[in-house]
Amino acid sequence: MEKRATFSNLWLAAAFIAPQMLLVFVFFYWPTGEALYWAVTLEPPFGGSNEWVGWLNFETVFSDPKYWNSVRISIAFASLATMLSLVIAAMLALFVDRRLPGHQLYKFTFFLPYALAAPSVGLAFRFIFSPDAGFVSAINRVWPNLWNPALDGWDAFLLIIFAQSWKMVGYNFIFFLAALQSIPRSVTEAGAMDGASVLRRMWDIQLPLIAPTLFFLIVINITDSFVDSFGIVDVTTSGGPARATDLMVYKIYFDGFEGKDYSLAAAQSIVLMLLIIALTFIQFRFIERRIHYS
Amino acid sequence: MKRSILVAAMTMTTLAGAAAQERTKFEFWYGLTGDLGEVVANHCKLFNESQAKYEAVCTGQGGYDKAEQNTIAAYRAKQQPTIVQIYDAGTLNFMLSGAIYKANQFDKDYGLNVDWKSYFPGIANYYATTGGEMWSFPYNSSTAVFYWNKDAWAKIGKSEAPKTWAEFADDLKALKAAGVACGFALDGDTWMNLEQFSATNNIPIATQDNGYGGLSAELVFNKTPYVDHMKNYKAWLDQGYARIQTTQVGKNLVQAFADGSCASTITSIANHGTVKNTQVPDLKWDVAMIPVLDASKRTNSLVGGASLWVMQGKSKEEYEAAAAFLKYVTSPETGEKYIVKNTGYIPVTVKGFELLKSEGFYQDPKMAGREVAIASLTASAVGPNSRGIRLGNFTSIRSELRSELEAVFTGQKDVQAGLDAAVERGDQILRRYEQTYKGAALP
Repeated sequence: MEKRATFSNLWLAAAFIAPQMLLVFVFFYWPTGEALYWAVTLEPPFGGSNEWVGWLNFETVFSDPKYWNSVRISIAFASLATMLSLVIAAMLALFVDRRLPGHQLYKFTFFLPYALAAPSVGLAFRFIFSPDAGFVSAINRVWPNLWNPALDGWDAFLLIIFAQSWKMVGYNFIFFLAALQSIPRSVTEAGAMDGASVLRRMWDIQLPLIAPTLFFLIVINITDSFVDSFGIVDVTTSGGPARATDLMVYKIYFDGFEGKDYSLAAAQSIVLMLLIIALTFIQFRFIERRIHYS
Repeated sequence: MKRSILVAAMTMTTLAGAAAQERTKFEFWYGLTGDLGEVVANHCKLFNESQAKYEAVCTGQGGYDKAEQNTIAAYRAKQQPTIVQIYDAGTLNFMLSGAIYKANQFDKDYGLNVDWKSYFPGIANYYATTGGEMWSFPYNSSTAVFYWNKDAWAKIGKSEAPKTWAEFADDLKALKAAGVACGFALDGDTWMNLEQFSATNNIPIATQDNGYGGLSAELVFNKTPYVDHMKNYKAWLDQGYARIQTTQVGKNLVQAFADGSCASTITSIANHGTVKNTQVPDLKWDVAMIPVLDASKRTNSLVGGASLWVMQGKSKEEYEAAAAFLKYVTSPETGEKYIVKNTGYIPVTVKGFELLKSEGFYQDPKMAGREVAIASLTASAVGPNSRGIRLGNFTSIRSELRSELEAVFTGQKDVQAGLDAAVERGDQILRRYEQTYKGAALP
């Protein structure tokens, strides 16, 4: 006799998943469908006469050197911000895990930045890093014009990387700490008895054991830098100077909402969506599978 | 704080309304923010208190661009307001939208009796269709003027503002020699750099009369004296005569001028009040018309600001209420005078200007100098190059040019190469716009 718990009533099952399906449809498939439709037509701002144009919007996007510039910047931004944020978060977590004095307080405060919305982070960083009036202006008093994100593209780019990684450090920290604390103490203690120093134990025992968490965080961080960096860019640099911080998501906003070219923005967001799907797929499919300790 | 005042004001008006019969309500959305937004909110309150039949429900949208975006989104969801304040650059989108109730038609249908001829030609022409019809009501208007520090100019033995760009260049050199660290504050904003420069010197920005002739217009500003003008800006920056001042640098143009760190700048007359209120105590300054290439051939400068649009698809009762409101906020006595007294904006009609003059408004030392803006707007008869700019998606074109200017000013690009790139990309934007509105005739 088979013993399997199955629903023989399909309608009941459908009724149970219907609310979720409805949510997914309303908040994901519907907007995506609309964006797809706009991407293959020319949509006037007030609606009305859309004209079918096929691939024209995508051709316009791909033949635009400024778009490729934006793609390059976005990729550099995502990798650098992710790296910086993960390195700092891992360091903080390793030290808190060693239960240094005051670690409870650190645990709490390190997480705080993640609770801030991106625009508030941007605003804070704009003030702190303002070349005339901010805390960092002290540097300019010693070396004039060394730091000026309003005029120097590199400075502006660094500024948004700092802001993004600062925002994500808290989130990464919590995950790293949880992972570190799930490592059996006996493993590190055995290492200590074999004479491995603190740093050696971190490098050879703890870090390899938290690798699955690390790869999970890489996915989350890269996705976040692609889609959630808008608030920071909008408040600190507005994509400037001279497009040095014109991330893909900011360009979509500008072309769509400021420029009122909904079709061009829709085509770009389809491209961004495919890119995120591809990145996530690659990372989960190939990288995460290989990291497996048991 | 602001919100609580607003809420209080709204509850008060609501209570007053409930006591005095059912009022007809309609929605008005505005784009101005900060102090200026409060002036508009108060204008609504004054209207609501002035009569008992109608009630304007006024909502700030948090910026001119947001006001346009939100109106578009609301219209698509059939939730649009009855009246909306839209900035100059959004004019063409609204004209082509098919979503508006034309102002001149509305005037006829609801008996507003607007004296269209009384609008200053520079203002009327800017907002009018190619055929000269007004489809919106000019509300808050400004133009660019030259702000100059009298003490700084006294150091080089001058008591008058420079009239030409050549004279200004000499002054900058002398100012530098006299120890003024920053003679001129500038930024990448195209409204002053490109648009006002071209209008006052009778130079085209685009073909087809800057776009008034049709959607097929092409940009030309990379082949006009504007190129040399930007080369001068670049040279002044390199020689230390001028400085870039933006919010991102720490101080914008107005702040850098008001605290005395830069001796001159060019910005909207609407900032006149801000400079007066935030200046360092002993700063002696004045405003003048912006310099031109040839003082004997000055043409009028362009208007900036916003106008009020009536939207389609509302009930007759709401339109009647809206008509009463528009009558109130556009009349010289209750409209223009209120706006001019509480902001740096200028009157939009000859009648409003005369009224203020007769009341001695411009004799008040705090307001003195604001009539310069009127003189600048009416410096000549309105010609095809000084009428205005009617280009599709002009916000994006401005942004393209701004990015290129940023690259030019920081030395990443040659002036000519930067302007060529801006024109090339601007033309692509215009062609896309033309294709999006294929078959639509420019009104």
